[in-house]
Amino acid sequence: MKFTISWLKEHLDTQKKVNELIEKLTDIGLEVESFENLNSSLDSFKVAKIINAEQHPNADRLRICDVDVGLDDTVKVVCGAPNAKKDLLTIYAGPGSIIPKNNMKLSVSKIRGVTSYGMLCSESELNLSNESEGITELTTSKYSDKIGKNFFKSNTEKVVDLSITPNRPDCLGVRGIARDLAAAGIGKLKKISLKNIKKNGSQKIKVSITKDKNQGCTVFGSCLIEGVINKESPQWLKEKIISLGQKPISAVVDITNYVMLDLNRPLHAYDADKIDKEIIVRNSKKGETFEALDNKEYKLGDDMCVISDKSGVLGLGGIIGGTRSGTEINTKNILLESAYFIPRSIRKTSKLLNIDTDAKFRFERGIDPQSIELGLSKAAELISEICGGKISNFDIQQIDKHEKNKIKFNVSLFEKITGFKVNDNEIIKILTDLGFEVSKEKFKLNLTIPTWRPDITQPIDIVEEIVRIKGYENIKTLQPEKTITKDTLNAQQKLFHFLQRSVASKGYFETVTWSFTDSKINKLFKENLKEIKIVNPISSDLDVLRNSIFTNLTFYLKKNLDRGFKDISLFEIGPIFKGSKPGEQSTVIGAIKSGKVSRLNWNEKERIVDVFDVKKDVIQTLVEAGYDRQSFFVRDKSPAYYHPGKSGSVYLDKDEIDPVAYFGEIHPNILKKLDIKTEGLVGFEIYIDYLREHKTKLKDLKTNFEYSDYQKSERDFAFVVDKNFKAQDLIEIISSIDKNLIRSIKIFDIYEGENIPQDKKSIALNVTIQSSEKTLEETDLEKINKLIISTVETKSGAKIRS
Amino acid sequence: MSDIKKIKDDYLNKLNNDLNIESLNQIKTELFGKNGKISHSFKKLGSLPTDERKKFASDLNSIKNELQVKIDSKLQEIETKEINSKLENEKVDVTLPEREFSRGKIHPVSQVIDEISSIFSEIGFSVEEGPDIENEHYNFTALNTPDNHPARDMHDTFYIDNNKELLLRTHTSPVQVRTMLNGKPPFKIIAPGRTYRSDSDQTHSPMFHQVEGLHIDKDINMGHLKGCLNYFIKSFFEVDKIKMRFRPSHFPFTEPSAEVDIGYEIKDGKIVIGEGDKWLEILGCGMVHPNVLKNVKVNPDKYQGYAFGIGIDRLGMLKYGINDLRAFFETDYRWLNHFGFDPLDVPSNYRGLSR
Repeated sequence: MKFTISWLKEHLDTQKKVNELIEKLTDIGLEVESFENLNSSLDSFKVAKIINAEQHPNADRLRICDVDVGLDDTVKVVCGAPNAKKDLLTIYAGPGSIIPKNNMKLSVSKIRGVTSYGMLCSESELNLSNESEGITELTTSKYSDKIGKNFFKSNTEKVVDLSITPNRPDCLGVRGIARDLAAAGIGKLKKISLKNIKKNGSQKIKVSITKDKNQGCTVFGSCLIEGVINKESPQWLKEKIISLGQKPISAVVDITNYVMLDLNRPLHAYDADKIDKEIIVRNSKKGETFEALDNKEYKLGDDMCVISDKSGVLGLGGIIGGTRSGTEINTKNILLESAYFIPRSIRKTSKLLNIDTDAKFRFERGIDPQSIELGLSKAAELISEICGGKISNFDIQQIDKHEKNKIKFNVSLFEKITGFKVNDNEIIKILTDLGFEVSKEKFKLNLTIPTWRPDITQPIDIVEEIVRIKGYENIKTLQPEKTITKDTLNAQQKLFHFLQRSVASKGYFETVTWSFTDSKINKLFKENLKEIKIVNPISSDLDVLRNSIFTNLTFYLKKNLDRGFKDISLFEIGPIFKGSKPGEQSTVIGAIKSGKVSRLNWNEKERIVDVFDVKKDVIQTLVEAGYDRQSFFVRDKSPAYYHPGKSGSVYLDKDEIDPVAYFGEIHPNILKKLDIKTEGLVGFEIYIDYLREHKTKLKDLKTNFEYSDYQKSERDFAFVVDKNFKAQDLIEIISSIDKNLIRSIKIFDIYEGENIPQDKKSIALNVTIQSSEKTLEETDLEKINKLIISTVETKSGAKIRS
Repeated sequence: MSDIKKIKDDYLNKLNNDLNIESLNQIKTELFGKNGKISHSFKKLGSLPTDERKKFASDLNSIKNELQVKIDSKLQEIETKEINSKLENEKVDVTLPEREFSRGKIHPVSQVIDEISSIFSEIGFSVEEGPDIENEHYNFTALNTPDNHPARDMHDTFYIDNNKELLLRTHTSPVQVRTMLNGKPPFKIIAPGRTYRSDSDQTHSPMFHQVEGLHIDKDINMGHLKGCLNYFIKSFFEVDKIKMRFRPSHFPFTEPSAEVDIGYEIKDGKIVIGEGDKWLEILGCGMVHPNVLKNVKVNPDKYQGYAFGIGIDRLGMLKYGINDLRAFFETDYRWLNHFGFDPLDVPSNYRGLSR
């Protein structure tokens, strides 16, 4: 909402300084976005005098001028104009100025080796005339005492731009703003002065509002002005329109706009001669069309509120008029409309047709239904003043009386909500100034709500009115109490935070990417999950919700590879989506690692990242989070986007149904499809939602501290097994032989090749044996030794390697 | 006597020379070996007259001790020297690079969320979360924003279905609704999370983060709201004093509503929070609207309180001098490295926020 201070003062009698007024606006909830001269760009053009002009050393046609621009020192300007001579009065534009002709912004620049600070302007560059030969020559008599002054008179006033919240339609007019300021003590609201206009005869065009279901129009006021001469608006009106950055069109149009901006009372002017017999306000029928003033043809659906005549639709009530009945410069007879349209109806229609107009914006928020006659009077008065014509009596059709709403306000509610007290008299004064009718009844106020405040419906709204006018600075600052009654995080949230930092501590950079992604990439990772489309995506390559964290990670990995990075470790912790209903999502960690380990390292051999790098990261992370490595079970099953031979899944326990993590090399096909070029790419995913809560807390676990001081013994074994036999099974077989004695099993070598059959491999392992009851004798050790060999051989078909 | 004196002098002399371990052993043998000079002298003892014997024995013992001590100290000296020279040979260039270590980083958004949680934890808030996909009811209607409300236009909503029933939440406020529906007052929660609006430019991104705050009890008023936010902003920006302005505004789900500005100034091209004559809008808040309380089955005559919503990314930008919002989500390795935090730098009440 834009307005000027002088316009405001037409409604507000005030002696307060402009700054105070501007600050008050923000304090009462009418946020000032800006307060500036809309044409301030012309302020940088100054009257100037050339003190000295000499030949440029490196260019025949250029001169170096010392120019007096009203400052202590002269400025140097390089100028190519033949008429740039000593003592010439001209127009100077400093660095930063924008030249009106070509919108070029000036800067300090070197011209053939000489620095030039700004420019001397020709008339054509300033759009003053077409004269482009040489710079402007100003007459000495008129300008000699104006050196350094602005050349363009600033005849435009500074404009206030407010950001009006949707609950305050009344402040979409200057008068509403004046009323709020008056209530806040910034002056007195002036009475609206209406000249007593002469009204003659009845309005001859019949108007009716039909009783259609959900009729969007409840009041339709009109008057006929006959014999007008439409013309350009007078200067005062043009200036008002221009000051707000709008374009004057014709007196009739400008006047309706003026009344709208002044009183927030939208009006519409029809060329009465173009109306076929009568006005019928009715619901549209599907398929009806009309050409609107934005020169577009609209096809209407059922039940949109239209203003029509015998021939068809003239306009969409409260949204936009039609070309068929629009006023033009030669319009003679005008039908002026001042109506009330129901916000819901306006919103529905404009959404369906995708139309946004100033009138729609206002009606959608709620126009004062009792401003119908005021609007007609004000506009008719101005039209007859400027364009002449004979004004008819007003015709008001209405199907709803729009009675004023009333509420009872218990004064104590104010202090209960705001924490401070305002005395009853002050409350009454504030509300009265805002236009409420107030009567006091014990501790209650009986309030009649002004019709321009559709936002006020219940006592809490009254609290807001009082506190905002009184000032939020009166609210006390109560220090918060530092009492904690509940854990800040629940178990799942703690786990989230722990895992996040655990993964990062292994060298991964955390990233945050969109929850949506490109469906083409998503397809590569979605497995059997449902694709969830966004109906109105921000762009066609962000068209679905991600089914996997990897979609965005691989996309951004490629970007970083393209930036020249090779060894990249990235992870994200966040939602993946499994369905389109609220809650059909899981929290997942996705991590990827590319390139090499120890690249170009002087003391460690470099190698390409592999599946065991990510396996380590997954397992270590889970162990750090408190899960027992001994119970983990790894299967060689994993989603299809992993390398089928170099990937696996981790289960917290052999009996668990859902894996808590996947890890492995990313499938080479994926790299090909995404055009990712790297020596190696591995990744892992941890499904946080499948990680069960720990049953016992650490404080309970810590108490069971048991250890053995008896001597440990170590034994090495090498078993020859089938090539696809899993190491995990071998360890399991051995460790279950005697859980009390076998303390640890370490695989220290895997061998295939010479001396081993083609389809076999040798697994060498070291077993630590220790009793918690006694020092084991050689015979005990020999016994367990033999047991290990025989058990492994029977259970796995392995052979001990001799 | 003079014999043994001579032995002593000779050998002390010899021992003062630079010796290696072999020559020292040689000297040892020469003196104390089976036929060594000292051993030999002791053998002489028996042949001496009684009156001389005692003195000779005593002299000889003292000479023997003196030489022995000398030899021991020489031995120590040689050993030290040899170790030193061995270690000298093992010297490496310690200015060579250390073994490779990798250092991960925590994204600024995560760090800021942890900082916020830590601050609110101290005054008794707990963390709640809600789904990213919401239905129209939780995101709008229950929050007193019916279908025909123009405030809906301010939220450019992403929809998941054509009926506009399912959407990506435009704010974290639906968590308020879910929390209150699932529990009984009092409520004292914050809800950080992802939020979505179809808007994209320098200062808007289609996904961003908000933290919602809600405190409902029997007598929570606007003074508590002011105190809570004042405490939070001061703690978050780690300043003792903060210039803050509460300004009336409008949100459908709060009444009265306010926007909060903080004072700032630009010093040497950097933004300084807390003082100065410029205002920066950082959050929206207000007293929860009675209609919202009714919608979640909380009696507005008995309970009241405040709610607020803060842009997390924006807070992070202000605190850590990040200029471009979109860079948060572009995964530029250089950016992550520069603006990321060490994973061990966990914000907490007792050790402070971030390093």
